Amino acid sequence: MVNKTSFLPTLTLLFGFAFLYAPIVILIIFSFNAGKLVSVWAGFSTQWYGELLHNEQILRAAWVSIKIAVVNATIATILGTLGAYGLSRFGAFKGRTLFTGMMTAPLVMPDVITGLATLLLFVGIGWTRGMSTITIAHITFSLAFVAVIVRARVSALDQSLEEAAMDLGARPVKTFIVITIPMLAPALVAGWLLAFTLSLDDLVIASFVAGPGASTLPMVVFSKVRLGVSPEINALGTLIVLLVALCIAVAAWIFHRQEQERLRDQQAAERG
Amino acid sequence: MASSTPETGKAAGQSRRFGIPGRYLVISAPYVWLLLFFLAPFAIVFNISFSSAIIAQPPYTALFDWSTGLIPQIRGTLSGYGFLLSDELYAVAYLNSIKIALVSTMLCLMIGYPMAYGIARAPAARRNTLLMLVILPFWTSFLIRVYAWIGILKNNGVLNNALISLGLIDEPLPMMHNAFSVYVGIVYSYLPFMILPLYANLAKMDESLLEAAADLGCRPWKAFLFITLPLSFPGIIAGSMLVFIPAVGEFVIPALLGGPDTLMIGKVLWNEFFHNRDWPVASAVAIAMLVLLVAPIVIFQHYQAREDDN
Repeated sequence: MVNKTSFLPTLTLLFGFAFLYAPIVILIIFSFNAGKLVSVWAGFSTQWYGELLHNEQILRAAWVSIKIAVVNATIATILGTLGAYGLSRFGAFKGRTLFTGMMTAPLVMPDVITGLATLLLFVGIGWTRGMSTITIAHITFSLAFVAVIVRARVSALDQSLEEAAMDLGARPVKTFIVITIPMLAPALVAGWLLAFTLSLDDLVIASFVAGPGASTLPMVVFSKVRLGVSPEINALGTLIVLLVALCIAVAAWIFHRQEQERLRDQQAAERG
Repeated sequence: MASSTPETGKAAGQSRRFGIPGRYLVISAPYVWLLLFFLAPFAIVFNISFSSAIIAQPPYTALFDWSTGLIPQIRGTLSGYGFLLSDELYAVAYLNSIKIALVSTMLCLMIGYPMAYGIARAPAARRNTLLMLVILPFWTSFLIRVYAWIGILKNNGVLNNALISLGLIDEPLPMMHNAFSVYVGIVYSYLPFMILPLYANLAKMDESLLEAAADLGCRPWKAFLFITLPLSFPGIIAGSMLVFIPAVGEFVIPALLGGPDTLMIGKVLWNEFFHNRDWPVASAVAIAMLVLLVAPIVIFQHYQAREDDN
């Protein structure tokens, strides 16, 4: 399909990807800089990684963030999946319009508004601010993102398997657990990972609802960055990029193997 | 807002799996959660935007005075909103945000459309890899990716150093803490949000229409202009809304990359809340921003609902 019209898109693709990846590449390069500047090369060094690993404040904040992200991702995946399943399978029900609205608005709502609004709720009902309030605020927007991923998968599902299970006498709940959930697995994993990343990444909403006690990793990074650039942050960024790349590679490998196994089984079944 | 759609025969058929009580059980958990933690907070913001600031905990006056008996006295005030109108700063920040978000959306569209087109028309084997490359940066820390631009754009940054060493410029170009750096930051951060819905739209387009046009002697650019572009309109709208709405309220990018002439409404809200501790004014700013965003959000939801029906 090479023709004259595909020249321009190919060129913008090249420039576009250069634009998207150049900052990340430069970030990684300067995390190994011996000097204190993040733009002038002064030789190779891993000292900033050493300093990062001894920075109590960053380590503590990272641990807080990871705990929040795990709880958030788990609850958001459960709630988002239930919501997505209801929206794509239950047809019309009372209050559907409002529900659809509440499931899509968090995707675009500016952080500052959500953050302020959620904080005012917690203050209004007298809830002590801390990790619990950050987690609740994160679940609220994460579940909408999980739902988008899960819905795409639910609508692509072959309903005949679920119907077959029920014709054979399985109850709806059992069918859901034994048939539907395994078929949704890739979307559930992707949704969980996305919710985890969104939570780990959020600065604005966490700043509003955190209260004096809890500081998440983005809050510490932001306060450091405001005082000036530091190769330590570059080192942190590099570690995050590595971690994400690793997670995605592992997930892709697992699904690839599952797919191959499924294809083999299918072929075997057709032969037999 | 709750519209009650009557139970149709079709819906009853679909509910064969879960009975009516079962269906409500499935829906109720996310429904109650969102009512409590998404919808209720907005009612409270609306409420507090009409109260006035006091030095107390919480730092605003109660809107309803229950001391007089069963029927509360409403002590609302428009002072929060009056404040927004009295100081030019708010109007400037408001208009600035709209302008910056609009221009950024246009730039994202101009870069994102050809990229989405290129991916959608790439050989099927390569398509998923290209799509993965678009999504991948989105998975790494947004804050740190914005931070990376400081090292590139500042006066002794990577870009200026490179241009000077190449002999193209003598003095460093001012690329930080101005409109340029804010546009770069927003376009960079939101480009994937433009590409993804555009790709989804372009990938499912019926190519036989283009073949038919070509058979009838239509030139490729004309086919693009009269067939591809109009058909991709829903994708353009979805992508533009996904960029425009959050960009209006953006805080991190103007805070890290912006300067005094790129004041945006999200940063004003942040300052009112964290520095001035004026919760009613912060709430009034939030409501003013919401009023601006209601129409785009409704358009976005309308498009989302239509996509889901397909």
